[in-house]
Amino acid sequence: MATAEEVAKAAERRDVRGRWLLSAPALLVILLAATGPLLIVVVYSFLAPGAYGDVKWQFSSDAWTSVFLERDIFDDTLSLAAAHVTIFWRSIRLAGVTTLATLALGFPTAYFMATRSEKTRDLWLFLITIPFWTNLLIRTFAVLQIIRNEGIINTILLKLGIVSAPVQILYTDTAILIGMAYVYLPLMVLPIYASMEKLDFRLVEAGYDLYATRFKVLWKIIFPLVKPGVIAGSILVFIPALGAYVTPSILGGGKNMMLSNLIELQFGQGRNWPLGSALSITVMIIVMVALLAYVRNAGKSGVRHG
Amino acid sequence: MASNFSIKHQPGFTAIAATCFVVLYLPILVLVIYAFNAATSTSEWGGFSLKWFQSAYQNTQVIDATLRSFQIGAIAAVLSTIFATMAALATTRTASYPGLTFKYAAINQPLMVPEIVTAVALLIFFSRIKIFTGYSGLGYLIAAHTAFCIPFAYLPIRARLENMDLTLERAAADLYATPWKTFRRITLPLLWPGILAGLMLAFVISLDDVVITEFVKSGGQDTLPTYMLGQIRRGITPEINAISTAFLLLSVAIVTLFFFVSRKRD
Repeated sequence: MATAEEVAKAAERRDVRGRWLLSAPALLVILLAATGPLLIVVVYSFLAPGAYGDVKWQFSSDAWTSVFLERDIFDDTLSLAAAHVTIFWRSIRLAGVTTLATLALGFPTAYFMATRSEKTRDLWLFLITIPFWTNLLIRTFAVLQIIRNEGIINTILLKLGIVSAPVQILYTDTAILIGMAYVYLPLMVLPIYASMEKLDFRLVEAGYDLYATRFKVLWKIIFPLVKPGVIAGSILVFIPALGAYVTPSILGGGKNMMLSNLIELQFGQGRNWPLGSALSITVMIIVMVALLAYVRNAGKSGVRHG
Repeated sequence: MASNFSIKHQPGFTAIAATCFVVLYLPILVLVIYAFNAATSTSEWGGFSLKWFQSAYQNTQVIDATLRSFQIGAIAAVLSTIFATMAALATTRTASYPGLTFKYAAINQPLMVPEIVTAVALLIFFSRIKIFTGYSGLGYLIAAHTAFCIPFAYLPIRARLENMDLTLERAAADLYATPWKTFRRITLPLLWPGILAGLMLAFVISLDDVVITEFVKSGGQDTLPTYMLGQIRRGITPEINAISTAFLLLSVAIVTLFFFVSRKRD
């Protein structure tokens, strides 16, 4: 006879097995069409490029060497690959500035939304959600029409006589920056709003009772309480901005490449799949570092609401 | 002391928020207005006209790409929602068990990696499979879309499940309902709003994808976004504005529906 304990244990094992079976299809699809292929990229980054794209099956560390270095064709010495370093630096800088810009605009917006009455809050949330779910390509295209030489910004500037010739914004780093800040703004607002909504304004009131200034209340009370939202928003903006493909391809033109355009180039005209793979892994490593920093930071901030 | 001292006021915040909302909608508004422009150039206003909508409608490439987008989106949304529902049932309302954390990480993995990296990985992997099997149909795009839609479909379904306690299911079991019957008659109806929200989210996400589709598609497999990307790179006509406007309308309709479904309390 099985004891009650054994019966319970068997039932639990059955339950866990059932739960694995239930989640199997989702895990399998993700393994086959998302996670698994990433491992192949790692393998490819250690192979030699084939003459017409793809790879030759022989070990080579050249791809990894040429992520940041280039070999001189005459004397075989290695030097810093200026083009790659420029693109890495541009991507990280633009993603960082985009994050800061969306934070500067998104924080007050989230605060404004969270301080509305309960009924109107849903409406504001809806208004910020619509751009979030509309096609990123279309929103980038909308920015293109605003900032190009014949766009409304330049038309207005010309009509008012402020400038005599159109200001070239399109196909510059500034254009990429404007485009990314525009398309990723909702990603910053939404998580900050989520923390702000739970904010206990009695704490703010207590601050004012103790003669704190508006700025002091903002900096010493509100900001620490919504910090998890700020960090989440920053991560949500920084990661896609670093790997942005659509925005720099449309607004940046050919000269202002970002990492994703450099990677695409290796799989197209560049015909250097191993280098493209190594660059992809490098992007992923940068993202992982950012995510780890986030997790550690989120663990540290032990401020609780109420 | 001034009685109208508001503790919620912060100087300049309302102005910044107002600017944000104007800036978010202004470019979209301009884009929509120019879709109704009679002029061929996208910079002057030549009077109101629907001719660009007509021209988009008569463009077989546009119709082809639209139908392909819908086809991939519908299949990927249904598959990913079914899988996500199963996975959500398996990962909620339980004490922690070995592998639970792994499942969370695996399901959310597509969200953690930049799209360009996934796109490159799929390009490499699928090009190998293409050589081995000779198959180059829509299956690759459907598989890729299903995979990255799963975490999005999973989100609202899991949220809904976590707010449902097991009381009703236990009561059903006490009354000798089979597990399947309990699921059909109790769990599924209660979970339905979450599933519907997940389905719509997955469909929108699939419909919007550019990067992964651009890398995975074979020749002649343009979806509407990749077709538009190609056109924008070549130079723009108001036809793109017209297509964008139609696309926007569809997205807004789906988001509005989603908003009502997910906000609805039972």
